[in-house]
Amino acid sequence: MTVVIVGAGPAGLAAAEHALRAGARVTVLDQADTPGGQYHRMLPVAYAARRPDRVQQGRAEFDRRRRILTHPRCQWLPGSTVWAFDRTEKRVHVLRGRSDGGGRRRLSLVPDALILATGAHDRTLPFPGWELPGVYTAGAAQALAKGERVAIGERVLVAGAGPFLLPVAESLLGVGAGVVAVLEANPFTTVRKGWSSQPWRLAAHAGKAGELARYAATLARHRVPYRPGRAVIEARGADGVREVVTAKVRADWSVVPGTERTYEVDAVCVGHGFTPQPELAVAAGCLLNEGFVRVDAAQRTTVDGVFAAGEITGIGGAVTAAAEGAVAGCAAAGGKPAPELIRARDRALAFAERLATAHPIGTAWRSWLREDTIVCRCEETTYGELTRATGDAVRPGPHALKLGTRAGLGPCQGRICGPTVSELCGGVERHHRPIAQPIRLGELAARAEGEPE
Amino acid sequence: MSGGLLPRDRDPVGRTDRPIHLTVDGEPSTGIAGQSVAGILLAAGRTSWRTTRSGAPRGVFCGIGACFDCLLTVNDVPDVRACRRPAADGDEIRTQSREETA
Repeated sequence: MTVVIVGAGPAGLAAAEHALRAGARVTVLDQADTPGGQYHRMLPVAYAARRPDRVQQGRAEFDRRRRILTHPRCQWLPGSTVWAFDRTEKRVHVLRGRSDGGGRRRLSLVPDALILATGAHDRTLPFPGWELPGVYTAGAAQALAKGERVAIGERVLVAGAGPFLLPVAESLLGVGAGVVAVLEANPFTTVRKGWSSQPWRLAAHAGKAGELARYAATLARHRVPYRPGRAVIEARGADGVREVVTAKVRADWSVVPGTERTYEVDAVCVGHGFTPQPELAVAAGCLLNEGFVRVDAAQRTTVDGVFAAGEITGIGGAVTAAAEGAVAGCAAAGGKPAPELIRARDRALAFAERLATAHPIGTAWRSWLREDTIVCRCEETTYGELTRATGDAVRPGPHALKLGTRAGLGPCQGRICGPTVSELCGGVERHHRPIAQPIRLGELAARAEGEPE
Repeated sequence: MSGGLLPRDRDPVGRTDRPIHLTVDGEPSTGIAGQSVAGILLAAGRTSWRTTRSGAPRGVFCGIGACFDCLLTVNDVPDVRACRRPAADGDEIRTQSREETA
């Protein structure tokens, strides 16, 4: 039994561990040079850090998990981009080598089972000026601070929604950035209700409570205010952000007039939750549910032999991703997931639901937008253009909208504006990207290892 | 202005910095081995290096390879995501405008 796992984050690593336990031969692929994904982001090997645990949460547990990659039945392929999946041959097409460079090696694999654990990236809702240099996603600030020890600015505002803003603020402080405030758009009552309902169900996530307490202490020590019910509604500056306008927002995220406040900053990072990266699942023919890959109790997708785990099946954080990965790994290897694994996964899912209740996306965020606010960053399609095109009776439907306004047709293929455009204009986001990652023509023309000539 | 790279002597992780040298549009620039091209540019105080169709400046946005805002040319290969590309000693980096490559 051979199992290929795409993604070496918490879900992928747990899947590898349990697929190996069930006796399979396992190949783990990841675009990065080091395992861990976004959550267990490691410092570059070249930094030769003597105390990496100082910036990496749960380093000991992570070290245990990644040791699985040295198992004799496990093949670990870092620096590997899966750029396509051929659903007729069930063939996984891989490029190996430096990111986006020409001359990467091509290889392809046809496993008995495929586990997709491709994760998510930040969702950032548009606001006037969000295209200015100096405006980052929360994930970018985190990646640069934790992964490279680079601070995105000296005076940074952290804003958006969700508990992820807290570790981001902590990482920024850790690389010497000044954090002027952390703004959670949801009001305190929503956050509190979400976190504190049915407290007995939090028991499995006791670690989370300790983590939250630590973030709170760090913010307090650095005198960083945490303000629920406030949002960034505009960024200003000529060729880069110089100031941001924040405002008090109601539970639906509509602005309370007269509460605007301006902060002078040299960077702002904003995250409103996460968007799944399900293009390989879509290429395989898996059905989605509101953008997430649909799975059954054994993490099976709707396509035979294809499993999914982690953020692409629903946003739930690292603990949930690992619990899902464990079930997927076992099932993909032909095993029957033990009841403990299933129970752990279901408890984790309940926690994910709690997160979603505590940090929802308010529906009135579009009231922040103006006619000339850019929605599609690649093609610079504005909110005005989109609303006019949506009202155009001659060319209805998402496809015509795309061609008419070019929203989603740029280099990112709608990864960033996709959920926003479908929310603003109606229609379902398809995540249809047959070439899942860029490949150069020369690389495409070269013969791949593992394929007939 | 950006915050930059945390000085090694203030970094609790205990780094061993090995300097690498590259050029950005012909100008010499220095980073440390392991950094991404984006990390080196940001640490040098540069927040944008690409222009869009309309001529607007862009740099890093998502930082993890999803948004394609940070594209630049590395050793004559265009459209490389600066945030995903580890810099190598001797790299010749060129900034990009969308009009040029369209």
